[in-house]
Amino acid sequence: MSAYAATATLHRLALRRDRIALPAWLYAVTAMVLSTAFSFRTLYATEQDRRSFAASIAGNGSLRALYGPVHDASTIGGLTAWRMGVFGAVLAGLMSTLLVVRHTRAEEEDGRLELVAAAAVGRRAPLTAALLAALTADLLLGALVTGGLLAAGQGVAGSVAFGLALAAAGVFFAAVAALAAQLAETGRAANGLAGAALGLAFVLRAIGDGGPHWVSWLSPIGWAEQVRAFGGDRWWVLLLPLAGAAALTAGAYALVARRDLGAGLLPQRPGPAAAAPSLATPAALARRLQRGPLIGWCAGFAAAGAVFGGLAQGAVDLVGQNRQVADLMARLGGRQGVLDSYLAAIVNLLGMVAAVYAVQSVLRLRTEEVSGRAEPVLAGAVSRLRWAAGHLLFPLLGTALLLAVAGAVAGLAEGATAGGLGQALVRLPLAALAQLPAVWLTAAAALAVYGLLPRWTAAGWAVLAVFLLIAWLGPIVRLPGWALDLSPFTHLPHLPGGDVTAAPLLWLTAVAAALATAGLVGLRRRDLG
Amino acid sequence: MTTAIEVTGLVKTFGRTRALDGLDLTVARGEVHGFLGPNGSGKSTTIRILLGLFRADSGTAVLLGGDPWRDAVDLHRRLAYVPGDVTLWRNLSGGEAIDLLGRLRGGLDPARRTELLERFELDPTKKGRAYSKGNRQKVALVAAFASDADLLVLDEPTSGLDPLMEEVFRSCVAEARDRGATVLLSSHILSEVEALCDRVSIIRAGRTVESGTLTELRHLTRTSVEAELVGTPPELPFAHDLVVTGTRLRCQVDAEHLDALLRALTAVGVRGLTSRPPTLEELFLRHYEPVAPEPTAATR
Ligand SMILES: Nc1ncnc2c1ncn2[C@@H]1O[C@H](COP(=O)(O)OP(=O)(O)OP(=O)(O)O)[C@@H](O)[C@H]1O
Ligand SMILES: [Mg+2]
Repeated sequence: MSAYAATATLHRLALRRDRIALPAWLYAVTAMVLSTAFSFRTLYATEQDRRSFAASIAGNGSLRALYGPVHDASTIGGLTAWRMGVFGAVLAGLMSTLLVVRHTRAEEEDGRLELVAAAAVGRRAPLTAALLAALTADLLLGALVTGGLLAAGQGVAGSVAFGLALAAAGVFFAAVAALAAQLAETGRAANGLAGAALGLAFVLRAIGDGGPHWVSWLSPIGWAEQVRAFGGDRWWVLLLPLAGAAALTAGAYALVARRDLGAGLLPQRPGPAAAAPSLATPAALARRLQRGPLIGWCAGFAAAGAVFGGLAQGAVDLVGQNRQVADLMARLGGRQGVLDSYLAAIVNLLGMVAAVYAVQSVLRLRTEEVSGRAEPVLAGAVSRLRWAAGHLLFPLLGTALLLAVAGAVAGLAEGATAGGLGQALVRLPLAALAQLPAVWLTAAAALAVYGLLPRWTAAGWAVLAVFLLIAWLGPIVRLPGWALDLSPFTHLPHLPGGDVTAAPLLWLTAVAAALATAGLVGLRRRDLG
Repeated sequence: MTTAIEVTGLVKTFGRTRALDGLDLTVARGEVHGFLGPNGSGKSTTIRILLGLFRADSGTAVLLGGDPWRDAVDLHRRLAYVPGDVTLWRNLSGGEAIDLLGRLRGGLDPARRTELLERFELDPTKKGRAYSKGNRQKVALVAAFASDADLLVLDEPTSGLDPLMEEVFRSCVAEARDRGATVLLSSHILSEVEALCDRVSIIRAGRTVESGTLTELRHLTRTSVEAELVGTPPELPFAHDLVVTGTRLRCQVDAEHLDALLRALTAVGVRGLTSRPPTLEELFLRHYEPVAPEPTAATR
């Protein structure tokens, strides 16, 4: 059919352009899942170990809200599916989203798609090729995970079900991204839309796992859990993401047929003929450019704070009903202790997500540089430091705003459900702000890479990924202490509830300052453009 | 201070690429200087060094009496730059971009801004991507010409302009010169260079190969001659690109050999003769050609 002409060529082009990124993603996600499985195998060798571990999970509200319930405690595979189900689905979704947007809207935005579309290329071909590339990636991911679990000696049905559950989640979000790429006008905005959908799916399943179960059926990530790999293998659930993906893809195709190349859904509105007097400095320009994304992130953080704060009491009640874990609860410091450990886990998660924003807003410098838009600014009477400082205010203070907002909203929600706006309203924002030194350090590492090795700017994302993986998975796979220490998030106090010592916060901030200085010195010395 | 730009022995390498290989460039105050060279010869690289965006590996560059790298911010108050490939911010209107760029270098003249918008027929309310290539270029041109800069650095500023707008551009450059500004104009449009430039520098592979007024350059170049002879054409060891078909002959000769050529031809007998001075294209093509041993003897 002519609408699909040249799809195969474009598909090969996409895979060739991703010949480094895609294997890296597949390796990282597979390695995460399998290292979890293999460490569970050594840590919980007997079924009895596994069952008591599962019982302690049931007693920990924060783990339940983050990872969902355990459907099968008798096997390694079951525990792996619990621990990596949600995050595996999120990562598969993220991989597919970035891949689809990279080969559709981002290409269109840069004008390369125009060159391609002028050749004998069908109208649906670029989108189809991107979706096929995502499908290829997701199936490979599923196959690798299945193969790895089989190699770890797990049951065939469960291994296949888990691999397929992750792949199906990936396919679903590939279709979400395909639709987002038609709606948004820039690659950045398309990624933002699809990312918001991913965040919403995560939050919906967190609500479902913490309270009304039906809510997690609204979430594609919830579907990945509901497949219940190793715990019943409900194959029919796999049909949900596939049907959803088909519907979304049909919507994207309908929009492709209707819109102009390069255009989004909303028509361009004219702007002012002259600039406001305040738009006169590089900082004002940076504010203008970074304002929109910050507002979006702020809304997301407020929503996350509301959900997790609102769930806090329920999570603790859930624990309270479990007789077996009464002693565990006592060890954690009673009801307050359980509540605090839940809230501390949430605050820690918020800190990690804030680090994603921080890296993104630092790397805006690189986007401005390579697009050529920095050049006329720097050809004005503007020093490089002043230009960079305008943007760096966002990773520095924007992150504080995000954490404060999420903490305040979570405190409000928690206080409201607990009957009385208690101390959480102060404790939670402060706990959230205590994450800042680690967030700053991550941003500063990205800045150092950008300043010193501009061609390797993407390594800023790799550093972030390593920090987050160590902090997320390190403890559970029992990484050695020195490896855990590599991530700044390891050194944060557990707040609320934990003890605070100033030293780690101070030296994290000092390291961040040193890295930022190195990056800025590099930026001042090197070629720009 | 009579020179606005003084560059000597500039070298810049990118990995294994030697983009600039001992480039010299002198631009006097108040002149419009054409900066020419084939694609990839290093024009934009030179300009980026002059703007303090790139740092030269060796050689010296003096811009308006200052060091383009060290004194970048102060120098930039006195210059305006127009890149060949203008990218705008998609959420800023053209008018906002003009004001911002003007203010970043210390303000622009609102009356002149209005007048230029009118002359360039530019709608300042559109945003980033809604502009066509030529209109994006006009945004940068209005921002540059509306300022009171001593030096205009223009890197292929008209590659997207239509002929009408090209006229407007030319009159803007002339006005800038009349108020005493210096202009460095990199361009591939030869008629534009011929119309505007007092002097030109031609570079090739990162080196300056020629510099001077157009008349001087013309003088250095060969005249084309076509002749219909009575008998067999003679041996012409000094002729370039000689083509002989029967009794017809076509060749190019340097100015100092013109006399010898005519003697040799009349010795055989001439039926018809046309000669013309080098066109601008030929002048540049000769300088742009890759460095290869030129045929000095007649070929058949
Ligand atoms: N940032 C860079 N990194 C690597 N190589 C570069 C870079 N900038 C320029 N070059 C190389 O330097 C050489 C000179 O490029 P430059 O852009 O200065 O040419 P130009 O004379 O402006 O050409 P054009 O007429 O096409 O604009 C080219 O070989 C180019 O590939
Ligand atoms: Mg150039």
